[in-house]
Formats: sequence, C-alpha cells, structure tokens
Amino acid sequence: MAPKSSAPTQQTTAIQTLWKAYNEQTSDRLKFIDAFLFFLMLSGIVQFLYCILVTNFPFNAFLAGFSSTVGQFVLTASLRSQVNPENKNEFKEVSPERAFADFALGSIVLHFFVYNFLG
Amino acid sequence: MTTAYPLPSNLSPATVANTASLLRIVALALISGAAIASRLFAVINFESIIHEFDPWFNYRATRVLASQGFYEFWNWFDPTAWYPLGRVVGGTVYPGLMATSGVIYNFLHALNLPVDIRNVCVLLAPGFSALTAWATYMFTKEMKDESAGLLAAAFIGIVPGYISRSVAGSYDNEAIAIFLLMFTFYCWIKALKQGSALFGTIAAIFYFYMVAAWGGYVFITNMIPLHALVLILMGRFSSRLYVGYSSWYAIGTLASMQVPFVGFQPVKTSEHMGALAVFGLLQIVAFGQLVRSHVSSAQFQKLLYASVVATGILGTAVFGLLTYKGWIAPWTGRFYSLWDTGYAKKYIPIIASVSEHQPTAWPSFFMDLQFLIFLFPAGVILCFRELRDEHIFVIIYAVMASYFAGVMVRLMLTLTPVVCVASAVALSTLLDTYIDPKEPDTGDDTKSESEATVVSASGTNGSSFSATPTPTPSKKIKKAAAAAAAPLPTSGIISDLVAATGGPTRRGEPIKTKGIFGMDSRLIVIMHTLAMLSFFVFHCTWVTSNAYSSPSVVLASTNQDGSQHIIDDFREAYYWLRQNTPEDAVVMSWWDYGYQIAGMADRPTLVDNNTWNNTHIATVGKAMSSTEENAYPILRKHDVDYVLVIFGGLIGYSGDDINKFLWMVRIAQGVWPDEIQEPNYFTPQGEYRIDDMASQTMKNSLMYKMSYYRFAELFGGNQAMDRVRQQQVPKVGPTLDYLDEAFTSENWIVRIYQVKKEDLLGRDLKSANAFGQGKKRKRTKPVPRRRAIV
Repeated sequence: MAPKSSAPTQQTTAIQTLWKAYNEQTSDRLKFIDAFLFFLMLSGIVQFLYCILVTNFPFNAFLAGFSSTVGQFVLTASLRSQVNPENKNEFKEVSPERAFADFALGSIVLHFFVYNFLG
Repeated sequence: MTTAYPLPSNLSPATVANTASLLRIVALALISGAAIASRLFAVINFESIIHEFDPWFNYRATRVLASQGFYEFWNWFDPTAWYPLGRVVGGTVYPGLMATSGVIYNFLHALNLPVDIRNVCVLLAPGFSALTAWATYMFTKEMKDESAGLLAAAFIGIVPGYISRSVAGSYDNEAIAIFLLMFTFYCWIKALKQGSALFGTIAAIFYFYMVAAWGGYVFITNMIPLHALVLILMGRFSSRLYVGYSSWYAIGTLASMQVPFVGFQPVKTSEHMGALAVFGLLQIVAFGQLVRSHVSSAQFQKLLYASVVATGILGTAVFGLLTYKGWIAPWTGRFYSLWDTGYAKKYIPIIASVSEHQPTAWPSFFMDLQFLIFLFPAGVILCFRELRDEHIFVIIYAVMASYFAGVMVRLMLTLTPVVCVASAVALSTLLDTYIDPKEPDTGDDTKSESEATVVSASGTNGSSFSATPTPTPSKKIKKAAAAAAAPLPTSGIISDLVAATGGPTRRGEPIKTKGIFGMDSRLIVIMHTLAMLSFFVFHCTWVTSNAYSSPSVVLASTNQDGSQHIIDDFREAYYWLRQNTPEDAVVMSWWDYGYQIAGMADRPTLVDNNTWNNTHIATVGKAMSSTEENAYPILRKHDVDYVLVIFGGLIGYSGDDINKFLWMVRIAQGVWPDEIQEPNYFTPQGEYRIDDMASQTMKNSLMYKMSYYRFAELFGGNQAMDRVRQQQVPKVGPTLDYLDEAFTSENWIVRIYQVKKEDLLGRDLKSANAFGQGKKRKRTKPVPRRRAIV
C-alpha cells in the first residue's frame, strides 16, 4: 500500500487541489445546489446527534425528520447530476427543466409522507 | 434486396405506425378479455362467493370498511377473533386490498351503480389480472419491443401459475400484488433507463401500494437493491442509477413505514438492510465519482478507492455489530426458512404445516407454465446476449424467483411473471427471425451453403440445422466449425445456439450475409410455433377449469349420470351456528377454519388463520389432542361453547381434521413437551391408525372421539369404514362425557359439539354421566366408576 504510507502529506495537498479544482470547474448554479446539500447534511447530522445523545423517544418523529433531510439530499443530488452539463449525454431524455419538475414532484411526495409520518 | 414474400410498397410510415398501434390496442383489449373470462369458471359453474380461507377475512374486513368508513376500519379492534385476546386489525393487516375494493365500491356507488361489496370482492382479482397483463406488456416492452410485450401480456393473461391465485372469488392479497409487482418493476426499469426522478417517485408510490397490499413486498425490497449492487459490481455505475435508486429508496422507504403493520421494520430488520446498505454504497460511489471528475491523479484515485473500500468494510462491520447486538432484528422464521429449508420443520411446525410451504415438484412447474418453462431459459440466455442494464434485472429476477419457487409452492406466483417475460422475449426473437421477409444476399450464398454442409458433415452440432437450409454467416460458421472440431461438444452447442439466435440483432448491418431462405422453412417454423401457442391456450383453459376453479367452500362431485352433485356441508354447519347459537358463543376449531367461522357463522373464535400467537394455537392443539378430562378445563377456561371438527370419513374428504391431527399434536408438543408426545399417537409399529389397533392415547383423544362419535352406528351393525384412511372403525365407538353432539351436517363433514356446563350437583361430568346411564344399565356401572377414581 504505497499510497497509504505517504497519505498524510499527500492528503492535504490533494484536498487543496480538489478544492481548487472544484472552485474553478463548477458553475455558480451547481455551487448553489451544493450549498443547499451542505445545509441538508448539517441538518441531518444535528438531528442524528440529537437522537444518539439525547433521546430517540418519538422515534417516528426522528425518522420523519431525518429521512426528510436524507430524502431531500438525494433528490437534490439527483437534480445536481441531472443538470450538470458534464452528464448531458447520460441523461438524454431529461432536460434540466424536466429535471427540476421531477425534483419538485419528488420533494412534494416526500414531504407529504414526512408530514404524515410526523404524527 | 429480395424478399421471401411480397410486401406492399405504397404504404406511408404513418399508416403503418397507426395500424400497428391500433392492432396493439385491439390485442391488449382482447388479452384483457381473455384474462378476465378465463377466471370466471368458478363463478359460472358455482356461484359468486369467496373461496378458500384467507379471503374470508379480507372480505369481512372489506365489509367493515364499506359499511363504516375508512377510519373505523383503520382503528378496528376485533374482539371476536382470538377470543380472550382480540385482534387489532388495523395494525396487523395489509390494508391495500381492502382499501382498493373500498375505493372501487364507493366509485361505483358514486356512479349510481349500486354493486354489492361481495361482487366487488369476488371480481377484483379478474379485473386486476387485466391490469397485470398491461403492466407485463409495458415491462417487456422495455426489455425488447412491443411485439414481445404483447406476447408476454398474452402469456400472463392466461397462464395457470397466476390464475391459480387470482380466479374470481379468490379475494386474496396476491390478486392485486402481482400487478403492483410488475408495475413497480416497470417504473424502476424506466427510472434506471432514463435516470428520471419522476419514475423513481412513481416506483416509490407503487412500492408503497405494494407494501400496503402484500407481505411479499420484501421481494421488491431486495430485488431492486440486488440489481443496483450487481450493476455497481459490473462497473455499470451511472448517474442514472444513482438518480433512480436514490429517489426510489428515499421516498419508498419512508412511504412503506406509513403502513402500521410494517411500522419501523424498514430500519430495524435484516430483510430491509440490503436496501439500506446499497443506498449507502451508492452515495459513497457517487461521491467518489464526483471527486474523481475534478482530480485526475492516478495516485489520488488509488487513495480514493482505498477510502471507498474502507468505508464499505466499516459500514458492513457496523451492520454486523448492530445485528449482533440485536438492534437490528434478525431474519424472521418465515423468511429464514427460505434459506435453511429444514429450519421450519425443526423449529416452527406451524410454518411447515401449511401445504403451500412445501417444496415444488417438477410436474407442477409444467402444469402451471406448460411450454413457457422450456422457453424460459432460452429467454434468459437471450438477455445475456444483449445485456443492457434492464436485462440484468430480468436475469437476477429469473435466478432468484426460480430458487424461491423451487423451495416453496406458493412462490411459484412470483416466478410466473418473469417466466412470461423471458419466454416472450425468446419466442418473439424466434418469430422476428422467421417472419422477417428479407432474403439473405445470394452473392456469397453458394459459399456459405457449402460451408454449412461442411459443418453438418463434420460436427454433431450442425445436424439439427442441416434439415433446413440455415445459412449462418461465414464468420460464425468458421467459429462453429472450430468449436465442433474442438473436443468439448458443449461449447459447440452453445456457439451453435448463439449462431442460431443471432438473427435480429444484426439486422441493421448493411451487408446481410445470413437469413432464412424461402417460404418453406419459414412456414414450418412459424406453423410449429403457432401450434405450440394454441396448445398452450388449450392447456391453460383445461388446467384452469379443472384444477383451479373450485371454491373450497362447496365441494362438487359428479354423479354416475354425469350431473353435478354439490356437497354444501360447510355452509350448512356455519349457518346453523349463525342461526341457532347465541351471538357471543365461542367456537373452538383448528386454526384453518377460524376465518371462515368468523366470516360465515359470525361467531367468536379462539384461533384463526392469522397465526400470530403460537401458544394460543398450541392450546387449541392441546385441547384437541388430550383426553376429555384434560381438555375440559381448557375449554372451560377459554369460555368455549362449541367445538367444531371437520370429518371426511364418510364421503372421503381428505382434508379433514384427523389428517391434520398430527400437526396439532406437534404444535402442542412444542409448547408442552411433557404432556403431549407425538409417538403416543402411533401404534407400537409406528403406524398412524384409527382402527382397533390405534393406540390408547389416540383413541382417548378429544379429536378422535369427536370425529368418530356415533360413526359406527351409521353402518347399522356392519363394519364401519373410514373412506379417507381406508381403515375399519371399531364397532363400539367412543363415548363423550363432557361434550354433547349439537350438530352434524348432512355428509358428516362438519360436526359441532356443545361443551357441557359443570354438573349442578358438583360432581365431575364423567361420574354424573355414569350415574345417569348406570341407572339404566347396571352392568356397566363399575367400569366408569373405576375410571372416575383414576
């Protein structure tokens, strides 16, 4: 495992290059989506920590809240990959506008179940 | 280009497309008609009633829903089932079936079509079978094309493997579940193909409907992740897979938890963990792909792969730990017995006692699927040839469902759709090849034919094709010849098969070097296929009308002059209970009849077909298999007023309680091993007998006494004969001290006994009885008194 032994020093530079490459190569729209993804991730982490550290008592409420963030995260991530110009030839039948409509519909359905499950 | 038969040349493409779509619509309409019509044998021959056992509960619940509304049904506590305990129906039932019929019922009433709820229930399965045919059409269309879709729809419309669970009157969960299964799979395939969150959402909604409808939703829960996992392992990860799977899982899992019976299972049991694990894996892989698109250092990629692998291993370890710690429930016995096939028999006799949970025999595959079972492997091989993402799904589905259908008879139902799809793909490929009018180029005709003769002369594999002039391409022929020359004959056969099935995929090539020559070979093959198809129709109709269209509530036999004789003892007895007993009289019977008693007799029962409390069932088993003295306190403690047994000894009805008796003993033995022992019910030679040689425990058991009470008298002094066991019943039949015969149906199938109240003078009933009889017959007095002391 050659890469692992020299990992610590490489990792910092690798992460720096990654961050730089990301900043340069990503359009503002995708960055906006990424900001939302980051917020959702934080929200999910906070809920999960609350569940572990404090209580999971209304378990359905925890599940509803947590799966709302997870579901919204993956739906947004789906939207991100669908509108990403790099993936254009992968999604031949899904235009960005349709992707957004799909995203909206998926989120509405998801949150319908979330509210139903909050109880 | 030459054609084998003349084609009209002056048609515009629009006309062709319109005609084709009109033909498809007409064909689908006819298929729906056939699917519905072939399920009506039971309704036309007998009457429009609910069959079997489970549907009676569904029907009863639907009646509650239709008459009292959805919320009453949702919160329904049924105090009459599992008598002392009661049953929370809303939380222990898959409500999809009842909700569906409730919606249809209210819809029809809104249209001023006042249909009885019973008829909605009876005809629900045929109606949904038409929808299943349509869903199968859509699914197969994604696999190949519309023509294969039509074939698959026609197959599943009439195939007996599916009809067996969906005849009119079979108001069971499977009636709508197979439609939902196929439609969910179709949406999943569509979501995967397009990478669209819309279809992922629709798949999730139909998955939710499926969860609400049938416990077999676990099959979907594991099929789709398995497909996704195989795609990842094959290196076919794409953003479309991510979009389809994530949207399906995120919405579908949350939705499935809304069903009260499922509850938190999707996050807590092992059956659902595969889906969660694949979901996590997909996130990791997708993130890795994203990072990789920004960085292109090979070393860094290695690091990434290492971290991906490490995360995967860590995740698996966490899952293992959680399962080990018990935070994730292990497999339930019902599912576990699918993997360890000996498990149920050893530890859970109640699962093994159901006849549907036995392994499937070969003839039933042929009976249920006829020639589809032979085409099925060919279709799977054809899927391998093209191997798009959706073909992998069919292959996995075929493998998994074949295994499950081999383990358990009732899972034949999940195999049937994929058999229809794969056979339709195979048959449609064959027809495509042989209907295609294009003649092969005659340019290298002589060359390829000469080579074909070489092949047929040189190898065993060519012989089957030498009868018809099969001009395979010269390249393929060389390969086949090389394979034939090789020592392994199997490889020759495989390449031969590959060459023979390769027709349609290469059609688009500019130089056509292979094809079918002339009309004669085409006609032979097509006629043969048509003959097979028509035999299939005859077979399906025959099987449906003879084997699967009998309501188990009424038994039909044929008189000597060919007229039908109907034995209607079940309803006779149930209606006697309904009309001649107090409304709160508790009836004890074996659990098979619980739903029917509740549905038809409308009386509280101790146990029923929803076998959620094993100890309670064992109590009934113990009461049935112990002596009267021991059983009586059990009966009294449970407030039992009537005991109902099914006895087929007079007319030869084999599914009676004496034949089920050993299961009662086994289930009781599992809970009270000291009091009930199975070997006691056998003769010293280890035979299960009911005649003079029967063991004493057997003769003294309550079940034996109730079944054969007064049976010998029926023969007027002649030797009494049990027509099921083919054994002679002792001339002096058993006597009953603690029970009174209350009702015996016309053919003695249903016998109902009333439990006597305690003696007014405080004696035990046996000595009271002996006293009552002893007055008349002094001679027998000492015998019962001695017994009473013991």
